[in-house]
Amino acid sequence: MAVTVKIPAPLRSLTQNQAEVTVENAATVQAAVDELSRRFPGLKERLLDDKGALRRYVNIFRNEEDIRHGKSLQTALSDGDKLTIVPAIAGG
Amino acid sequence: MKTAVILGAGGLGCPAALALAEDAPLARLVLVDDDRVERSNLARQILFRDADVGRPKAEAAADRLRKLVPGVQLEPRVARFAPQTAAELLRGGDVLLDGTDDFETRFAANDAACALGIPLVHGAALAWTGQLLTVLPERGSCLRCLFEGPPPPGALPTCAEAGVASPLCGVVGAAMAGEAARLLRGGQPLALGRLHQWDALRDRERDVPVPRDPRCPACGLASRAAVRHP
Repeated sequence: MAVTVKIPAPLRSLTQNQAEVTVENAATVQAAVDELSRRFPGLKERLLDDKGALRRYVNIFRNEEDIRHGKSLQTALSDGDKLTIVPAIAGG
Repeated sequence: MKTAVILGAGGLGCPAALALAEDAPLARLVLVDDDRVERSNLARQILFRDADVGRPKAEAAADRLRKLVPGVQLEPRVARFAPQTAAELLRGGDVLLDGTDDFETRFAANDAACALGIPLVHGAALAWTGQLLTVLPERGSCLRCLFEGPPPPGALPTCAEAGVASPLCGVVGAAMAGEAARLLRGGQPLALGRLHQWDALRDRERDVPVPRDPRCPACGLASRAAVRHP
């Protein structure tokens, strides 16, 4: 089972400038974040706070579903799902 | 005549104001910015020239717009938008365009728009990334439905740290003006309930849906007085 994770531009310095990353065998969003953290040190800290919750200024979508409105990090994943990481940006 | 309030006469506010000014007499424009023009601004803040360095951005932008679009109705406000000044600065506003460059002001603009019932066009740009979200109070989701609140200082790069692709400011600023023009004409905005994103480096655009959060402290059923300002 594989899911695709879309990495936003502000975080690509942590993923060797990869805009999309494939994660294998992640049953939940939490597992996908853990796998991303193993491969790309520092990424998890940008997504989760000290208590392991999604940071208030970052969001993750499973396909078109805002995970905050469901089971958050415990949202189940299926083969072919796309995770999109969306951070707040403020430039202007 | 209707009124469009533009927060931030910077990389986004300049092209948005120019586009709306050219749409005159659709609306009078209120330009709100407490900053002054710096030389490093000139590449992307297209209403300013070298001679404007050191001048208040709101006044310099208004002077330039009067030369480019004679007859346009403008009100420059050299003022900082904050929860304490929001009601006065937004008085009479029919639409609010937010192109500011700090998170606290952006969430304050969202909260004020929701509390006062003023449509908000939220635009942002950082490096090669742009975002657009239109908020219709009582009818759609808002910025706090997508993000709970602003990050602490230093948690995310600012435009001063990461830079902003100058042409992307024109794209996002023009899109903001388009949304505002549709709203002022009574039309349907395109980015209502959807966050439109630009990845200019990869030439990609995509939308993510932003469902309304019934627990949202700014636009939801929860008390608006409960909005937190960490």
